[in-house]
Amino acid sequence: MKLRTILLGVLLLMVLGLASWQVLASLRYQWNWTGIWEQREILLRGWGLTILISIGALVGTLIFGLVLAIGQETKEPVCRAVCRGYVELIRGTPLLTQLLLGYYVIASAFHVDNKIVAGILLLTAFEAAYMAEILRGGVASIERSQWDAARALGLDRKQTWRFVILPQALRRVLPGMAGQCASLVKDSSLLSVLGIAEFAKQTDVAVSSTSSPLEGYLPMALGYLALTLPLSWLARRLEQKWNAA
Amino acid sequence: MKIEVQSLVKTYGTQRALDGLSLSLPAGTRCLALIGPSGGGKSTLLRHLGGLESPTSGHIEVNGKSLSADETVLRQYRRKNGFLFQGYNLFPHLTARQNIVLPLVEVHGKTPSEAGELAISHLARFGLASHAEKLPVQLSGGQQQRVALIRSLAASPELLFLDEPTAALDPEMTVEVLELVRELIHGGQEVILCTHEMGFARAVADVVAFVAAGKIIESAAPDRLFTSPENPDVGRFLSKVLEFR
Repeated sequence: MKLRTILLGVLLLMVLGLASWQVLASLRYQWNWTGIWEQREILLRGWGLTILISIGALVGTLIFGLVLAIGQETKEPVCRAVCRGYVELIRGTPLLTQLLLGYYVIASAFHVDNKIVAGILLLTAFEAAYMAEILRGGVASIERSQWDAARALGLDRKQTWRFVILPQALRRVLPGMAGQCASLVKDSSLLSVLGIAEFAKQTDVAVSSTSSPLEGYLPMALGYLALTLPLSWLARRLEQKWNAA
Repeated sequence: MKIEVQSLVKTYGTQRALDGLSLSLPAGTRCLALIGPSGGGKSTLLRHLGGLESPTSGHIEVNGKSLSADETVLRQYRRKNGFLFQGYNLFPHLTARQNIVLPLVEVHGKTPSEAGELAISHLARFGLASHAEKLPVQLSGGQQQRVALIRSLAASPELLFLDEPTAALDPEMTVEVLELVRELIHGGQEVILCTHEMGFARAVADVVAFVAAGKIIESAAPDRLFTSPENPDVGRFLSKVLEFR
């Protein structure tokens, strides 16, 4: 059984390899890695900035997403409507539009001069709407009886959220949240349209200065995979762990 | 306990769960049992008496104090009482011990070590010492309900409300839980319960009230009510449910 799996895997890899080679061969592509290799420093710096932006936006997204999720569950109708409206507005428009509008209109109006800070804020504003929906789904999945039990014991609303509802809701949605984090990392590549020198932008710069697209874009794909694969691995691990409990 | 309920009405949408219900319990009553057909309003009445629901109209007075509609006041009222649910409603992400400790620390201001000792001593008293560190899913229904009972008792409630505490249990576990409740009542705990266990109601209650169609149809001492009910509906119900006893 084990041997068969390995053999099948090797066979699949060979077929895939052959196919890719055929495609590349048909392009008659002239590989030239030296140009990109010389640009490695700016690529690496871009990759580092992508990590920085992702971490910043991630923290922001978790906080703002939680606020939006709880805001939609409060009894205050105005607060509910505002949070709901915000989520719908963000989810109904493309990220690219939000980035351009946000950067040229809002960031200028509020004098956010630092491009990186503006980028983190704009990305947070976008991802938080999705994170809020994931969290809200988790909260909605908690049975009425849990709220009842918390009330019967005399917990107030804040205590109920903190000790009863959120710990359970987070467990249920952690896999989805990890997936959203991976999306956030990938979405950060769109910040290149604002001229922020993150990984995608730097790759673009390197590619146009060396005229070797594949040597630039293949490592770019790998660079993003190196960030997102650990996140999906984490998501799967957490899922297994919570399911076991 | 002393209880006065006047013209209590509770509507959910178009449905009238309580329909002008009135009840008067003399001071000194130690255990009130609510019996009657499913959907007749006994759980709804119990939830009102326990401060978990506010009436659409009408008036409730417990031990000389009227129950406010204000959530903060009602929470104070719930804090000094205990409430046990049919479905146990333990917090699934917390162990048996943590379920008991949480309200003691967060609501009743005990230190974690005090609360922990109290929890362990109660668990030991109810034969659950070896289960203290288990999650609810790892416990049988009877064990879960006993843990839930300890949770509602640990802060020495003035009144203990039991909402069909054995309805979700098999006969053996039912006996386990009922024995505990009887022990508590004999130990001086004041209890209001709704139940389908007629034998139990008869054995422990000072007053049995028959609730149907959102009203008290008849209330009396158990020996009177079970042997010679005045209302023919009560007689029919009792002869039906006691047919196979």
